[in-house]
Amino acid sequence: MSTLINTKYDRRKRRTQGIAFWVFRLMSLAVVAILVWILGFLVVKGIGVVNWEFLTSMPEDGMTKGGILPAIVGTLCLVAGSMVFAFPIGVMSGIYINEYAPNNWLVKFIRVMTNNLSSIPSIVFGLFGMALFVNTLGFGDSILAGSLTLGLLVLPVVIRTTEEALKAIDNSYRNASLALGATKLQTIRKVVLPMAFPNIITGLILSVGRVSGETAPILFTVAAYFLPKLPTSIFDQVMALPYHLYVLATSGTDIQASRPMAYGTALVLILIVLLINLLANGLRAWFGKKVKTN
Amino acid sequence: MENQTIISAQGVNFWYGDYHALRDISLDMEAHTVTAFIGPSGCGKSTFLRLLNRMNDLVDGARLEGRILIEGEDIYARGVMVDELRKRVGMVFQKPNPFPKTIFENIAYGLRVNGVRDKAFIESRVEESLKGAALWGEVKDKLKKPAFELSGGQQQRLCIARALAVQPSILLMDEPASALDPISTSKIEELIYELKTEYTIVIVTHNMQQAARVSDRTAFFYLGELIEYDETKKIFLNPEKAQTQNYITGRFG
Repeated sequence: MSTLINTKYDRRKRRTQGIAFWVFRLMSLAVVAILVWILGFLVVKGIGVVNWEFLTSMPEDGMTKGGILPAIVGTLCLVAGSMVFAFPIGVMSGIYINEYAPNNWLVKFIRVMTNNLSSIPSIVFGLFGMALFVNTLGFGDSILAGSLTLGLLVLPVVIRTTEEALKAIDNSYRNASLALGATKLQTIRKVVLPMAFPNIITGLILSVGRVSGETAPILFTVAAYFLPKLPTSIFDQVMALPYHLYVLATSGTDIQASRPMAYGTALVLILIVLLINLLANGLRAWFGKKVKTN
Repeated sequence: MENQTIISAQGVNFWYGDYHALRDISLDMEAHTVTAFIGPSGCGKSTFLRLLNRMNDLVDGARLEGRILIEGEDIYARGVMVDELRKRVGMVFQKPNPFPKTIFENIAYGLRVNGVRDKAFIESRVEESLKGAALWGEVKDKLKKPAFELSGGQQQRLCIARALAVQPSILLMDEPASALDPISTSKIEELIYELKTEYTIVIVTHNMQQAARVSDRTAFFYLGELIEYDETKKIFLNPEKAQTQNYITGRFG
């Protein structure tokens, strides 16, 4: 006569649990499946054209033959250039917002605005970049203009992740440092930042992924339709992988003939992003370890 | 050194925004003594402790009236360098909070931020401080190991050593043993007893026996007021105020 056993209720409860569990599992498997599908599709379609020559030579014959070297170099330039702008500025404003700023309307306003900034469509950034950097400041279609535009685009991401990374550091560490006679700046530099750095790098990873894949912001600011030479200064135009992909797929001279090149380009773009992420992850792990034993 | 006042609070009122946290507190503490602050949670004892090294400066909307003199100097006077004050008035917190650095670097930190570069000097000061905190014997062979590998009690003594390294004259302790087991607690208490030959110690504690064991004088706070401040023996055996009597016998709190 145990009151703990109610077979009917128990069976029903278990069935519900079981179904819920399977639904969750199927959903997450579906996500993985889609990712694997995309990757597999690109590898199958693109691997045929990806070889050393493809990676290291100029496009030829109306972009139906040859390689994509200028687009690879262009994208790398834009990633590096945009990070040079966005990373220091973003990290510094993140530090200001979280460590220095008083909790007043101005700071709330800054926070709201940075959040809004990240929801602006990237084509709008492109137009803004063209108006400001290309025309008003006279940089022309150039790596500089494109990097600045992309930098603006990812600035909110860097600021937010920096803020979150700093927020995660327990105040007791700050107090301990201040109580030893350290200044606020010393506390931030020697205690808070080293602890937060691995997570700040996450912001870097996210931004790099975003920057290397964006097409709209570079459309009017830097990207060249066809430019079979490498840039020699930051005022040069460059080709870039995402835009090159768009051109090959929609407006090349012979779309059918350049289709394999398009798949190859997509594959290379994904591999580059993957490689940069791995690198950043390594950096993150290395910093994490350094902080603990330093 | 007998009867030399090192900390003197004179008519201190303190607000967090609109909340009147401390009401007209006046008390003097002598050098090389241990003073315990007791009282129920929210009575203002920790707030008052944190006024002594200006840690409350970090709180938005904090406001102080009255004067606090340390070694004769008004620490809230215009132009006081807060980081210099904090070198003189060290602090140990409730939860052990070593930095995610090595044992050695934890102790050296206070010296480095104060511009000390001399390696030999830092090394000798690290050893001195660890000895002062009765931790040297346990860690002398693993100074390069992360501080997080130490036990909770060892971490707290490391934090004490870290505070000693900058050679303060006063050591504030905010419930330093409340997160520790009984054995670690008694080690901390022994340490406090030894440290008072060189330092003036102010300790906030919820543990009545601890206050009775380690302190020379005890201050009882209640609802932001200093109810009674006297020799510890007197407070625990023969308090003047009924409120004190009720609190230490556990009738409220």
